[in-house]
Amino acid sequence: MKARHRRFAWIAAGVAVLGVAVALVLNAFQSNLVFFFTPTQVAQKEAPQGRPFRIGGLVEDGSVKRIPNSVEVTFVVTDTAQRVPVVYSGLLPDLFKEGKGVVAQGSLGPDGTFRATEVLAKHDENYMPPEAAAAVEQAHKGKGMSVSTLKESQ
Amino acid sequence: MSEFLAMGGYAFYVWGSYGVAAIAIVVEIVSVRARRRAAARLAAATRPEQPK
Amino acid sequence: MSLYRYSSPAAFYPLAGMMAPWFAGAALLCTVAGLWIGFGIAPTDFQQGEAYRIIFIHVPSAWMSMFVYLVMGFWSVLALSFNTRLSAMMAQALAPTGAIMTFVALWTGALWGRPTWGTYWAWDARMTSELILLFLYFGVMALRSAIDDPRRADRACAVLTIVGSVNIPIIYFSVQWWNTLHQGASVSLTAAPKMASIMLLGMLVMSFAAWFYAIAVVLWRVQAIILERERGAAWVAELPKLRSAVA
Repeated sequence: MKARHRRFAWIAAGVAVLGVAVALVLNAFQSNLVFFFTPTQVAQKEAPQGRPFRIGGLVEDGSVKRIPNSVEVTFVVTDTAQRVPVVYSGLLPDLFKEGKGVVAQGSLGPDGTFRATEVLAKHDENYMPPEAAAAVEQAHKGKGMSVSTLKESQ
Repeated sequence: MSEFLAMGGYAFYVWGSYGVAAIAIVVEIVSVRARRRAAARLAAATRPEQPK
Repeated sequence: MSLYRYSSPAAFYPLAGMMAPWFAGAALLCTVAGLWIGFGIAPTDFQQGEAYRIIFIHVPSAWMSMFVYLVMGFWSVLALSFNTRLSAMMAQALAPTGAIMTFVALWTGALWGRPTWGTYWAWDARMTSELILLFLYFGVMALRSAIDDPRRADRACAVLTIVGSVNIPIIYFSVQWWNTLHQGASVSLTAAPKMASIMLLGMLVMSFAAWFYAIAVVLWRVQAIILERERGAAWVAELPKLRSAVA
């Protein structure tokens, strides 16, 4: 075995060991890497209790209600299985829309209402002109919209 | 034209992205060419080793 | 094996000088064509309006930020295992360009996130791992300047680069592995693109521009590095350009 081959073998072994180590660390910290929890996770009490966290899902159709003469708004976050009512006062991002993805930071009140301090829009990875989007919308009518922004695995 | 520049109200974000990217590219090209010139001057001023 | 001939700095220097202007020209052509498609032809997006046009700079720079690192890792493995000078010089030349690509990806991402998500920055897995990539580039460059002996610096930087390469799959798959604010990939090898084809075309042409640009600027930088490190070698003194600079 030549010296350079031995060196190469050492590098390969080092990278392999490092890869395994990182995989283990990531696995251990998996719960801390979660950017948001889904309404189902909240219902199953997997979300942190008593401290702020983020909730993510779709804004339920027809659920957005603005309180007159204030910036307060209420809406429902759903992952189609569970739903969590959210109350928020502040400016909403441009892409905040019913039926679209949303991530809200805040904490869960004892009444089951999520009091948000920050609301972010989570858009999907589809890009198309408005006419094409309208055609897709037509095709989907009656079949129910697909929930592309949510992870099936979660 | 001004409608194009307005970018539907997103002018700051769109042009801010492309502007900074353009500046970064120009800075990189200028600094690389300057480094090459400086290296050539330095190499020209270095007395070559005599082959033994 | 004629390719091996170019593994010596003396043979590669003129080759790099000959190729770089062609890649620079191709980069310029692709940039003009890509911007024309992106801003002149591609329609408005149904969700994001005109703000989505940041994609034509954001995605190419983000792809390049990861790809440059992989190429740097490839040269580092060669440099460590075969102890070749030119491989280490290539890795050295790639780091600043990778850092700039990463910076542009982060910057344009922030300016894109503000109008669409509602925030410039979030500590989600995609953005955090891309920020770590920027620090890795800075780390490699800092380590290089911290070690005086160039051959020792080569080895130290190669080890750091290879260790850091575990971050690349983390960046790429972060949007699949974890809940992130960042959306999933619109374009991948395994699924049909989730973009209108003219938008996709603009993005791909801009990606080619980023490729050609990176190749050109890295070839110029590796020329500078070769001159810096090989000065005093007989072949450097023989270079016609240097001779005229002295005369």
